Amino acid sequence: MIPRLEARAEPSALMTLASPVIAIGLTLVAGAVMFALMGRDPAEALWVYFVSPFMDGYSRAELVVKAVPLALIGAGLAVSFRANVWNIGAAGQYVAGAMAGGLVALGAPEATGTAWFLLYLAAGVTGGLVWAAVPALLRTRFNANEILVSLMLTYVAALMLDWAVRGPWRDPLGFGFPQSRDFTATFQMPVILEGTRLHAGVIVAVVVAVALMLMMGRTMRGFELRVIGAAPRAGAFAGFSQAGAVWFALLLSGGLAGLAGAIEVSATVHQLQPDISAGYGFVAIIAAFLGRLNPAGALFGGLVLAVSYIGGENAQILLKLPKNVTGIFQGMLLFFLLGCDTLIRHRIIWRRRAAA
Amino acid sequence: MTDAAVPLLEARGITRLFGSFAANRDVSLAIRAGERHALLGENGAGKSTLVKMIYGVLAPSAGEFRWEGRAVEIASPAAARDMGIGMVFQHFNLFDALTVAENIALALPGERMRGLGARIAEVSRAYGLAIDPNRAVHSLSAGEKQRVEIIRCLLQAPRLLIMDEPTSVLTPQEGALLFATLRRLSDEGVAILYISHKLDEVRALCEAATVLRAGEVVAECDPRAVSSAEIAALMVGRDVAQVGRADGAAAGPVRLAIRSLSLPAPSQFGTALHEVSLDVRGGEILGIAGVAGEGQSELMQALIGERRAPRPEAIAVDGRAVGHLGPDARRLAGAAFVPEERAGHAAVPEMGLPENVLLSHHRAERLSGPAGWIRAGRTAAWAARVRTAFDVRAGGAHPRAGSLSGGNLQKFVVGREILREPGVLVVNQPTWGVDPGAAVVIRQALIDLARRGAAVLVISQDLEELFAIADRVAVIHTGRLSAPRPVGELDAETVGLLMGGADPGADRDDRHPAEAHA
Repeated sequence: MIPRLEARAEPSALMTLASPVIAIGLTLVAGAVMFALMGRDPAEALWVYFVSPFMDGYSRAELVVKAVPLALIGAGLAVSFRANVWNIGAAGQYVAGAMAGGLVALGAPEATGTAWFLLYLAAGVTGGLVWAAVPALLRTRFNANEILVSLMLTYVAALMLDWAVRGPWRDPLGFGFPQSRDFTATFQMPVILEGTRLHAGVIVAVVVAVALMLMMGRTMRGFELRVIGAAPRAGAFAGFSQAGAVWFALLLSGGLAGLAGAIEVSATVHQLQPDISAGYGFVAIIAAFLGRLNPAGALFGGLVLAVSYIGGENAQILLKLPKNVTGIFQGMLLFFLLGCDTLIRHRIIWRRRAAA
Repeated sequence: MTDAAVPLLEARGITRLFGSFAANRDVSLAIRAGERHALLGENGAGKSTLVKMIYGVLAPSAGEFRWEGRAVEIASPAAARDMGIGMVFQHFNLFDALTVAENIALALPGERMRGLGARIAEVSRAYGLAIDPNRAVHSLSAGEKQRVEIIRCLLQAPRLLIMDEPTSVLTPQEGALLFATLRRLSDEGVAILYISHKLDEVRALCEAATVLRAGEVVAECDPRAVSSAEIAALMVGRDVAQVGRADGAAAGPVRLAIRSLSLPAPSQFGTALHEVSLDVRGGEILGIAGVAGEGQSELMQALIGERRAPRPEAIAVDGRAVGHLGPDARRLAGAAFVPEERAGHAAVPEMGLPENVLLSHHRAERLSGPAGWIRAGRTAAWAARVRTAFDVRAGGAHPRAGSLSGGNLQKFVVGREILREPGVLVVNQPTWGVDPGAAVVIRQALIDLARRGAAVLVISQDLEELFAIADRVAVIHTGRLSAPRPVGELDAETVGLLMGGADPGADRDDRHPAEAHA
């Protein structure tokens, strides 16, 4: 018996939703095998990884905290990918947003009032916009591939941040560590659940994701992006601008990645450090696909991936497992997800090979 | 050689299932050596499936093939070629950047380039397929490319040659040359399996025909002994209505005016438009004939507004210059368009019918409200109107456009535009690959629209279609448009000459537009 793929007459709506669930299941199975090969008890390791993050209130709040940047970035990427615009550089736009915010926060240490904090967030959005405008300009002007340009700009952004916190922005009282001064209370995101780090950014993420879902489904702007993504020539027939869609998709996803960067810094570490990115810009790509490229689905995708971060930290502490295991889980999840997505348009047929 | 009583190829009870759907059911047919056998049927009748099984691309679910009386399993196209089956596909499988000889060498493993040129020359002389082996394929006309495909088959000395809709890319003259070649081959004992929906052609060429309908054989006949109308009725399963034309309709004012429209080629293999001028009056259907790739798509793009004209007044709708405007503004000015490619250009296959109405009507029919909110109710009502008025059949309440059959999707995209009652309608290939039933509906709708006073411009490679519905016909060749003439003054011969580039009354070299233009 040999499995064979046969094209379905119609894409399966059931598989579209079931695919992430199956992929998560396969990731757990493969993870168990991996832990066994590492000489660990698979049941214990999986428990620490995927159950312990839910066991107490503080961890549950931490899950949401991790999910906020992933969902914010993922929602923007979902829109961009739907338009067939492949912004792979959200990690760079995130850093650019955090730095632009830092410009405000570090430049006005005496400032007080909500207006300053809003200005800080606006600066974050602008930083991401500017960083995403580069691939947009090069794509629409010179047809340069936005995947390569946006990806390469992430390294530029990371090096700029590294330079800034070792140079002009280094905290003189920081014992020589590469980090900026702490942000003042004005530039710290308010906590909304006492005793945890759960902050108001979660409200922003939910509002943005739902608003983008409505935009994609109910407005001409979303329709335009979907048409251009699915059939560019039909987009031209309708009178939609291909270049306009590229600009919109990149600026939207870049702006949201910048906002996520500014929110994350103001809510968690309160200072600029070289490792603020934590790979959110890349992991959010997985969140967007897990959420079926629906902006609201990115909330779900963000939560799932947040489990891998918190579980990874717990595993490091309790089991002395290397941090890289987190990345392996994230990679396996994307791998299985893309594999399972084949079943949306195809089905597996088990049959004996016809005699040649 | 072969016992005349034993067919060269015989299909016995061939069935092919896709899931639970039978694309072929219990199909039997027999082709003798030297026979010119037609395979007829509507779009979706199962012709392609059957031929793919004969050529080893698909395996039958049940039934068997016999080759000279022996049961055979045709496992792959390579196995089919080894047996002596050759096939010329409707769409060419040639590399544009390579020469004729290189393309042919690629298909003949083990063949040396040295000496191949001589063999190509020999075959092309013997069968009247004039071609220079050293020319690059991108410089060939469609008819010449088809010759390359045929020569490639002939070099493998086939005993059965399958031709899939071969004349769709040919001028009538090129078609006549092809028929001469096919007759010569059949005289030498090669069997021809000729797939077509053009009934007159089949009656002129073939001596036997098998008619498929919904995957089953419904008739076997001698096409020379029955009329085209009878064959059409067999194919469709009912009598096919003829379109009633608007003869002598008084031509109204000029509603679509094209003035010296020139545009550079959009890509390396595209066609530039040279000084195209045309008036289409209210009440008339003007046809533009031409073989594939002579600038039809480029003209269509320019008229839709996907590419802007260099001057606003190059295109005018009801006296208003629109050359600088985009598609939406032209639609607001009263124009409507149906491009050639249904799935992917005129419609988004992944989307439902209401969203595909939104595609072209969002502004012209105010289907979106303030702040860009889509008026879902009005949009759905529009789609329902199109479905009812044009009898668009689709499965389920919310079908995707891509799930509709070719004929139904075409009725949808044409109906969508006609229900707007546009003053100007431009259609490219209105009935390409559409079943005869749907084709009649679409043609009649175009004629009725013109009768109500609209100017209708029909670009088509189907001459029969233009003669059936157009009042005047112009011909496009290498991006130039001939002066339109009333259909009454034209015959297929004259139009065919124009389509091939001959321009009675003008003396210029059309193959080198730049020089001719200097």
